[in-house]
Amino acid sequence: MTNTFQLDGATVPFEPGQTVMQAALAADQYIPHLCYHPEFKPHGSCKLCTVKVNGRTMASCTMPAEAGLEVESDIDEINALRRTLVKMLFAEGNHFCPSCEKSGNCMLQALGYDLEVHAAGFRHQYPDRPLDASHPDILLDFNRCILCELCVRASGEVDGKNVFALAGRGNSKHLIVNAESGQLKDTNIALTDKAMQVCPVGVILKKRVGFSQPIGDRRYDESPISAQALQDAPRPPSGAEHD
Amino acid sequence: MTEKKKLRIATTSLAGCFGCHMSILDIDERLFPLLDLVEFDRSPITDIKHCGPCDIGIVEGGICNAENVHVLREFRKNCKVLIAIGACAINGGLPAQRNHLDLSACLTEVYLTEPGLVHGHIPNDPELPLPLDKVHPLHEVVKVDYFIPGCPPSGDAIWKFLTDLISGKTPELGHGLIHYD
Repeated sequence: MTNTFQLDGATVPFEPGQTVMQAALAADQYIPHLCYHPEFKPHGSCKLCTVKVNGRTMASCTMPAEAGLEVESDIDEINALRRTLVKMLFAEGNHFCPSCEKSGNCMLQALGYDLEVHAAGFRHQYPDRPLDASHPDILLDFNRCILCELCVRASGEVDGKNVFALAGRGNSKHLIVNAESGQLKDTNIALTDKAMQVCPVGVILKKRVGFSQPIGDRRYDESPISAQALQDAPRPPSGAEHD
Repeated sequence: MTEKKKLRIATTSLAGCFGCHMSILDIDERLFPLLDLVEFDRSPITDIKHCGPCDIGIVEGGICNAENVHVLREFRKNCKVLIAIGACAINGGLPAQRNHLDLSACLTEVYLTEPGLVHGHIPNDPELPLPLDKVHPLHEVVKVDYFIPGCPPSGDAIWKFLTDLISGKTPELGHGLIHYD
C-alpha cells in the first residue's frame, strides 16, 4: 500500500513517522492550528487542528499518518467546533485587541478572522492577571495567555533555559516564570532566545517596538492565516538543489 | 403599484465612544442608496428619544450603568433584529478594562484621592444613572442576533454587513473587513 491518505478528497503523500498535520502542510493542505509549531514536538492541547479520521475526531498534530486514512477537515461540523474553541479562548482571557500591540500579528485573532468569528458570545471571565514588566527589555502580559506552551517548549528544548512553565490545574492553570521571585528580571532570558519569537498571541513582547510596524501593515493584514501557514510550512528539499 | 415599505432602523450608543456611529457615517455617499431602503427611528442622527417598533436595532457600546440596561431592553423589545456593533458592545471593550477592579476603589481614586483634586466628591446627582459593578457585553443582558466586530468596524464592513442582511443573506465580512481592533 502506498504511503498516502485522503484529506478532504485530496491525496496526501507522507513519510513514515510524519503526523497528519506535517504531511498535510508539506503537501500544501492547510489544517487550522494554534499550539502546533513545525519546529517543536506537538503538544495537542489547543484542539484547533481537530479532524475527523474514519469518523472519529482526532488532533491532527499528534495523529500519526497512516496509509489509507480518510481525513475530513474543512467541513461544517469541524469548523463549528473550531469556532467554539476560538470563542472560549477569547472569553477566558482578556483579549482586548484594540489595545494590543500584537494585533494584526496574532494567530488567535487571525484564526478568528479566518473562521469568521464575529463575537466570543460566552460570558467573559475578565480574569485579574497582573503584568510582569520587571525585565528591562521584555514585557509579559499574562492577560492574553492561551496556555499553548510554545514558550515553555522553546525555552526548554531550544534555549536550554526553562524560563517558563505552566502551573495550576483546570481554570486556575497559568503561565509562571522560573525564578524564586517569580519575576522575569531574575531569569537569564535574552532577546535572542527562541522563546521570544514563538508566542502566537501578545504575552511575550519586546519593549519599545510596539507599533514600529503600523497596524494595517502587518502579517495577517496581507493575507489570511490559512495562506500564511502554507507559505511558512517546511517542505521536503527538492532533489535539484542538493548535490 | 405601492412603494415598497422601507425597513426601519434604530441606533444608539451606550457605554461606547460614538466611534462606531462615526463609522456608520463613514459609509459616505452610500448613505443615499441606503436611505432608499431604510428610514431611521431613534438614533443620534434623528434625535428621536425613544425607540418605536423597528426592523433592525444597532447598538454600540457595552452596559456600564442602569440606564444602559433600560435602553438596551427597549431596543430588544422593539427591534426584530438586534445587532451589536463594535468591540464594546461585543466584549465590553475599553470600559470593561475596569472589570477586575473594585468600583468604589475606581470612584475614590478618580474623584477623591487623585493628586490635584481639591474638595473632590463622588458625583451623586439623582439624574445620574448608577454605575454597575461590572461592565457587560450586550449578549449578557439580552439576546443579540448579529455582531459586527471592530474598534470601530470600517464603513466598508458596516456597508457589507447591512447590505448582506437587508438582501436576505447571512452577513459575512471576510479577510480585510473583519477586524477586532
